[in-house]
Amino acid sequence: MVKKPLRKIYIVLLYVFLYAPIVVLIIFSFNNSKLRGNWDGFTFKWYFQLFKDRYILKSLYYTITIAILSSIISTVIGTISALGIYNMKSIKKKIILNINYLPVLNPDIVTGIALMTLFIFFKMKLGFMTMLLAHITFNIPYVILAVLPKLKQLPKDILEAALDLGATPVLAFKKVILPEIMPGVITGALIAFTLSIDDFVISFFTTGSGVTNLSITIYSMARRGINPKINALSSLMFLSVLVLLVLINKRTSNKREDVFINEKN
Amino acid sequence: MKKYVVLPYIFWSVLFIVVPLILVLVFSITIKTNGNLVLSLDNFKRFLEPVYIKVLVRSLTLALISTIICLILGYPAALILSKEVTNKRNILILLFIIPMWMNFLLRTYAWMTILGKNGLINNFLSWIGLPTMNLLYNNGAVILGMVYNFLPFMVLPIYTVLSKMDKSVIEAAKDLGANKLKVFLKIIFPLSLPGVTAGITMVFMPAVSTFVISRLLGGGQYMLIGNLIEQQFLFVGDWNFGSALSIIMMIMILISMALMSKYDRKDGGQGLW
Amino acid sequence: MNDTIIKLKNISKSFNKSKVLNNIDLEIKKNEFLTLLGPSGCGKTTTLRIIGGFEKPTKGEILFEDEIINDIPPYKRQINTVFQNYALFPHMNIFENIAFGLKVKKIESEEIKKRVQRILKLVNLKGYDKRTIDSLSGGQQQRVAIARALVNEPKVLLLDEPLGALDLKLRKEMQTELKNMQKKVGITFIYVTHDQEEALTMSDSVIVIDSGVIQQMGTPVDIYNEPKNRFVANFIGQSNIVEGIMIRDFLVEFSKLRFKCVDKGFDFNEKVDVVIRPEDIEVVSNDDGMLTGKVKSVIFKGVHYEMIVSQGGKDWIIHSTKKPKGCTIGMKIRPEDIHVMRKER
Repeated sequence: MVKKPLRKIYIVLLYVFLYAPIVVLIIFSFNNSKLRGNWDGFTFKWYFQLFKDRYILKSLYYTITIAILSSIISTVIGTISALGIYNMKSIKKKIILNINYLPVLNPDIVTGIALMTLFIFFKMKLGFMTMLLAHITFNIPYVILAVLPKLKQLPKDILEAALDLGATPVLAFKKVILPEIMPGVITGALIAFTLSIDDFVISFFTTGSGVTNLSITIYSMARRGINPKINALSSLMFLSVLVLLVLINKRTSNKREDVFINEKN
Repeated sequence: MKKYVVLPYIFWSVLFIVVPLILVLVFSITIKTNGNLVLSLDNFKRFLEPVYIKVLVRSLTLALISTIICLILGYPAALILSKEVTNKRNILILLFIIPMWMNFLLRTYAWMTILGKNGLINNFLSWIGLPTMNLLYNNGAVILGMVYNFLPFMVLPIYTVLSKMDKSVIEAAKDLGANKLKVFLKIIFPLSLPGVTAGITMVFMPAVSTFVISRLLGGGQYMLIGNLIEQQFLFVGDWNFGSALSIIMMIMILISMALMSKYDRKDGGQGLW
Repeated sequence: MNDTIIKLKNISKSFNKSKVLNNIDLEIKKNEFLTLLGPSGCGKTTTLRIIGGFEKPTKGEILFEDEIINDIPPYKRQINTVFQNYALFPHMNIFENIAFGLKVKKIESEEIKKRVQRILKLVNLKGYDKRTIDSLSGGQQQRVAIARALVNEPKVLLLDEPLGALDLKLRKEMQTELKNMQKKVGITFIYVTHDQEEALTMSDSVIVIDSGVIQQMGTPVDIYNEPKNRFVANFIGQSNIVEGIMIRDFLVEFSKLRFKCVDKGFDFNEKVDVVIRPEDIEVVSNDDGMLTGKVKSVIFKGVHYEMIVSQGGKDWIIHSTKKPKGCTIGMKIRPEDIHVMRKER
């Protein structure tokens, strides 16, 4: 319908829109001035200072620890639960799946305040533990949603075939089912990890006692003006994600679409 | 044995999904009088006061405008991407996803650097001798933030549907004499509706519930319903009213999703509805 | 002490209150090729899955070498299965697939290699051990599935419509091959199919099942020639079934005529069904025929002509190598080709 060059220009403009803030962030991580918007010469100093800032490093530590722990725990629980859900009868299955959808469909703020209410109701001290529990809770549904389609794609009777050949149910799961659903499990773990590392809203409501992740740190800094050290840190993180992504993409070049579709549907 | 492996998760989801929501519901229909909880609908009545209705209307309007802009910007993008050859479009789609890997707050914050009083745009304007503009802390900035953050959520589902579309259907339409516009209006667009509805839901939902974007780009006076909830829980300490607001928001979103899925028969029965 | 290997006693099975199997009683002999034959949904696959251990019967007992195995899980049974869609493990190559059962049993790797090579030879897939599953054709996958089961040296091999996904020519080849394999390894094959021709060509004995009930057991010849009831007659081959009256032993009346036959033991004037196979009706000239019919259509089928002939308000299917002359023909039936069946209630 529309001429080819026009399409190209449109797409390029869209990418400019998407990447402009990121480019700005990265550029300003090398800015000598602390003020945003004013370019005052090139420097690496924020990168050096970053590794001396205990506050930022601590929130980085919490971010990564919680992301790793919550993605591992939710992947294990989610995978096993998906297996159970897959084998359930239709009505019970529907109920469980719909409950499972709740954290996905609910706005983060509702999930966040609901969990906060729960923790306070049970007199739990808000902090690392509550934040971890919250992350596991909102991660599991995504793992289940990533693993279930892979279970449905299993060749018919494959579990029976393994049992038939003498494998116990546990062995059959390890040797036959797990290798087959592995792409889904990895997808689920990746989604869980990225959701956890990027989460702000739910963490914001479920943490306390000085335990903050990067998002919360950034939020609390944002109005005063974010220290360029944060820019430096995010540039580094962005870069490592990019490198990781390129590596993963080289290995499984066509899985990427699935990752996203599973993530939001 | 297989049936029992789901038990831990049932326990987990009841404890961490169902019970918290019930607590919120209980809080929303009670008020504290003299330290006692009393059943009451006052929280909901209070919401009907003009101040709060205004907040609701603002939230809905801004979210709706952003959703429409995302659709207008996103649909052509998805269409163009879906027509590329497989290798190239995988890379292009990846380029759409990559920005989401950077912290969402930082990306939003970056717009402050661009739009701010001493931001890049205004610096540029004054450099070429034009007067500076107030770009930050207004509705426009909030909408920009929403569109920026949620545009990929619109493009990706539409792209997915379009790229999986059976090409022979389009060829059949052409064969039957439809011109390019007709093919688009009568075939491609109707068939892509599931993606459109998914995209609308995925943009509208976070847009209507956000409190970060409005806080950062909208300035204090631009309060959305998300900000109101945050305020009730963290500053005012009126959990009952905050819970009522959350319930209202949940219902609003569930209704809009139900409406969307009505237009999306193919997807029906998959989710909650 | 006897040659029975599997015995089903009064097996019933219900899914969600709907009865799939109803009082199945069955004895399966060592080294026989037994086929469970019936239309889809008749319960034949459920019977097989109960023997394999994938379903538990709601009622009744399964005996394997005189021991009740109702509660023995599939992985402890000396029975292996070839699944309908093969159920090969996609992430393993051919060797790993076939070796799976042996590895699980912790057999030493040199022995495994030897056995896998031997079995690959048996199924004509020598040299394929490193290939992946999806590089094989349907027929080859089929052989891998058979090899994977047989390599465990089961006492009984269950086959659930294993040839269903193959094209006609390949299916015929595999039928012969399967039969030869069974003779070579000398174990019991229990074969499930809905294809009556397959059942008749391969089996030592056939069990016809419908609606969860055994309709008839016997050798293929028995079942073809002496169907016990209307269902079996209809299901096995094409048949003409007419209502008749058994006048007395060896004399039956149908189409308003009395015929000599070889059946006896009915009540006087008992209402019966009479089955006559299409190829058992001889086409003769009008004057020589016992019955005269009007030819409605003739189709050339290669080996024979298939014609529909209308006689006495009924359409008959007749197979004849001769093309009928004229539009009416005479029909001649020999007494031994008239099969009389009791009516079902």
